Amino acid sequence: MLEGLNAIQLRENIRSGKIQSRQAAEYALKRIEKLNPSIGAYLNVFADKAMEQARAIDAKVAAGKPVGLLAGVPIAVKDNICYTEGTTTCGSKILANFRPPYNAHVVEKLLAADAVILGKTNLDEFAMGSSTENSGLQKTVNPWDKSRVPGGSSGGSAAAMAAGLCFAALGSDTGGSIRQPASFCGIVGLKPTYGRVSRYGLVAYGSSLDQIGPLTTCVEDAAMMLQVIAGHDQRDSTSVDNQTAPVTDYLSQVEKPIDGLKIAIVPELIDKAEASVRNAVRAALELYKKLGATLVEVQMPHFDYSIAAYYVIATAEASSNLARYDGCHYGYRSPNAHDYIEVYSKSRAEGFGAEVKRRIMLGTFALSSGYYDAYYLKALKVRNLIRRDFTNAFAKADCLMMPVAPSTAFKFGEKMDDPLQMYLADVYTLAVNLTGVPGISIPCGFDDKKLPIGLQIISPAFSEDKLLRIGRMFESKTDYHNQRPTLQG
Amino acid sequence: MAAKVDYKLIVGLEIHVHLATKSKMFCGCELVYGGSPNSRVCPVCLGMPGSLPVMNKQAYEFAVLTATALNCQIARLTKWDRKNYYYPDLPKNYQITQYDLPLSHDGFIEIPLEDGTIKRIGIIRAHLEEDAGKNTHEMGNFSAVDLNRAGAPLLEIVTAPDLNSPAEVRLMAQELQRIVRYLGVSEADMQKGHMRFEPNVNLHIYKEGQTYKTPICEIKNLNSFRAIERSVTYEVQRQLEEFLETGKTMQMGNKRTYGWDDVHQVTVLQREKEESHDYRYFPEPDLVPVELNDIWLEQIKSRLGELPLQKQQRFIGQYGLSHYDAAVLTADKATAQYFEAVVQAGADAKRACNLITQTGQKLANQNNTTVDKLGISPQNMAKLAQMTDKGQISTSAAAQIMAAIVGKDTNPEQIAKAENLLQTSDAGAIEALVNQVLAENADAVKEIVSKGKKAQKAVGFLMGQIIQKSKGQANPKIVSEILNRKLAQLPGQS
Repeated sequence: MLEGLNAIQLRENIRSGKIQSRQAAEYALKRIEKLNPSIGAYLNVFADKAMEQARAIDAKVAAGKPVGLLAGVPIAVKDNICYTEGTTTCGSKILANFRPPYNAHVVEKLLAADAVILGKTNLDEFAMGSSTENSGLQKTVNPWDKSRVPGGSSGGSAAAMAAGLCFAALGSDTGGSIRQPASFCGIVGLKPTYGRVSRYGLVAYGSSLDQIGPLTTCVEDAAMMLQVIAGHDQRDSTSVDNQTAPVTDYLSQVEKPIDGLKIAIVPELIDKAEASVRNAVRAALELYKKLGATLVEVQMPHFDYSIAAYYVIATAEASSNLARYDGCHYGYRSPNAHDYIEVYSKSRAEGFGAEVKRRIMLGTFALSSGYYDAYYLKALKVRNLIRRDFTNAFAKADCLMMPVAPSTAFKFGEKMDDPLQMYLADVYTLAVNLTGVPGISIPCGFDDKKLPIGLQIISPAFSEDKLLRIGRMFESKTDYHNQRPTLQG
Repeated sequence: MAAKVDYKLIVGLEIHVHLATKSKMFCGCELVYGGSPNSRVCPVCLGMPGSLPVMNKQAYEFAVLTATALNCQIARLTKWDRKNYYYPDLPKNYQITQYDLPLSHDGFIEIPLEDGTIKRIGIIRAHLEEDAGKNTHEMGNFSAVDLNRAGAPLLEIVTAPDLNSPAEVRLMAQELQRIVRYLGVSEADMQKGHMRFEPNVNLHIYKEGQTYKTPICEIKNLNSFRAIERSVTYEVQRQLEEFLETGKTMQMGNKRTYGWDDVHQVTVLQREKEESHDYRYFPEPDLVPVELNDIWLEQIKSRLGELPLQKQQRFIGQYGLSHYDAAVLTADKATAQYFEAVVQAGADAKRACNLITQTGQKLANQNNTTVDKLGISPQNMAKLAQMTDKGQISTSAAAQIMAAIVGKDTNPEQIAKAENLLQTSDAGAIEALVNQVLAENADAVKEIVSKGKKAQKAVGFLMGQIIQKSKGQANPKIVSEILNRKLAQLPGQS
């Protein structure tokens, strides 16, 4: 009865009393029990708390009381988003036992919308990575092929969605961390505009780039999730106020196609992807044309520099953001430290993994006196040039389309020894974070190994309503999003 | 040692003022001093993962107001930066501060010197930042960190090196204290650490037609105005002697840090070389820049009011007060306002000044308050001044009455009557007393008439006798007049 339902369908069934919230939670918890050991999507499952939440929602429904947008929907939350239940580890040994005394803004929103929070999902340590292989705590596999990575850094949330271990999930996206794992796992992943969703309670990696967003089975669910989590929060100074960019009714608009849709493409960018991806994206564009859209070829001369700019800006911010994990105040403290300098150096040396250390060192270097102008300042200038590329593109079209990633999911270990190769896997997603605009990944095909491929759609800042409608146009004519991997426990 | 060395003292100040806002700089924690360790903290000022700062608007307005009082250029766009360094009292291991776009710059402060002249000291910049917590080392093998102070709003003010004597450095500090208290932006209590002054001191030594600059020393740990002045005085001597011994001059990187040892009254070397800190400043991505529009700026400026030095000079001109009296009255705003209210209520300015600055201040100190809060209305204080001026009471009776009406605000006339403090100015009655005393003290009269050595003393004695006989109620002015007239009439006087 629950198999194959998306979040909205489930919610409707719970609201009407056909399905009880506790049945849905039990169903998800049972699947987790059976499948999570081999997939490794969840780091922590809150079975008792989830059942308690589910029972409370059932009681509301039974009493005829109004219930929220997410009534009874079991949801997974990436483990860099603070929740007072259990630990918030960021996939790091340094925070392995950290229990936040506060909920993130988005967690408050989920709970206020009557969601059921199942547990916390694995990620690359502090969201730094593209494969979830950098988790300091656990391995997560791709449900479509367990020898392959789920993508990252929101690999746990994406794998949980693809394996049916939740009905919707939250991730965070600093350089593609929602869109790329969504693409690798055959689901929908939305990175909202920077400022659309409060970052309060999201453990910072690159503060000017981080944004929380949903991973869902379909565009409609993404619209519903965004509806719940979007909006101004006075605790986050960078969250946009409701006058400047009001949150509109994403859900009721999502089925409306865009008449005379204009899609900007950069042919050279599409050509760079491997053949299966290239072909799937081109086929998607053909379908859009059939639906009445026109393609506009644009130039984005600075797009390629986004990797260089990103890895300077993100690491610079990270080097400062992660300075607080010092063994002094909370988190891991080295038992081998003898004075306060050693508390710092040993706790950090033992607590952080290799990639986190690499990025802290890169960022520290980029901000050092004598190098600041050549790296950090130049990266900010490049960021502005990329912004201009996007502005020019959006002057000619409603949105941009391109692949999410140059390839489908790769094998474990394939890129771990070559960080630069790993960084290149983010080539299509980084610019979206650098410019702050929203981007979505929707399933658009499979390669010959039956690995999912994602189409990336990017639209101007705070035009999520349009972005979701454009995505839904394609989704409503295709069946890729309904396909599920075959799984044995 | 050389006999006399010609030199000039050069001092600039780095100042931190704690702003008396309701809450901390970037979170909602109440800003109160004291409290058990780590009782006034929240996820934001503890720097917990996922927490974000939000600017305290009141702190920004206080800072702009102060910068305006310091005649600074106010930036219409200001932003926040992170200063990165590791220390246990700094929970995030970076401090949110302002680096290249401070909220204000290029101003000046005018300070009254002891000779009554005014000196202008340049202000290079004033910006906002958050304070750190406090490390304590009183737990044996462990050190403890108290973060109650972490995130408190600090206004950092950097002056130009325009101060040229230890007294000027102290006066500058005192004037700044008076200004921020007038503005109500800080309690500015040095002992409590509300204000911290760090003088940067060196000498320009003129020798054989050449100028030698001694290495700059920064002095820390100063917690009183006296310590400021003495530490600079000490540094002058120390630097002079060091130069004469070693000939060392200012070089890149040889700035040193000294701490003031208040017990031994010496400066103690803390850091030999200015460590080449690389703070890796960069723009704080969690905060948005502050844009100050005309309306907002005008709103802030409207709270400026008359500044203390302006008030002090107006008091000199308007009320004919001395530089000293005007300075005492304007030391705090409430006292100055009280003084003007007393004058308004009909008191002579000079008399009101004397009553307030002498007896009034003494009573205020005893009651641990200010004159305006003694519970004596300006009307009754004015009445007291008028009664004194009219000779109805003596100045010592005025003091007695003032003490009696603290907190009660009784009509002074009532006290004067009840306590028998009214003076008699009835010439007839006084003349009778004079005659009586002259008759009773023939020896003293003889001494006066013969213009003996103790004649002057004898007159005083007679005065005393008469006042005593009147039970203190005879107006001394009239007694003196009558006594002198009588003595002049005695044979042998010319």
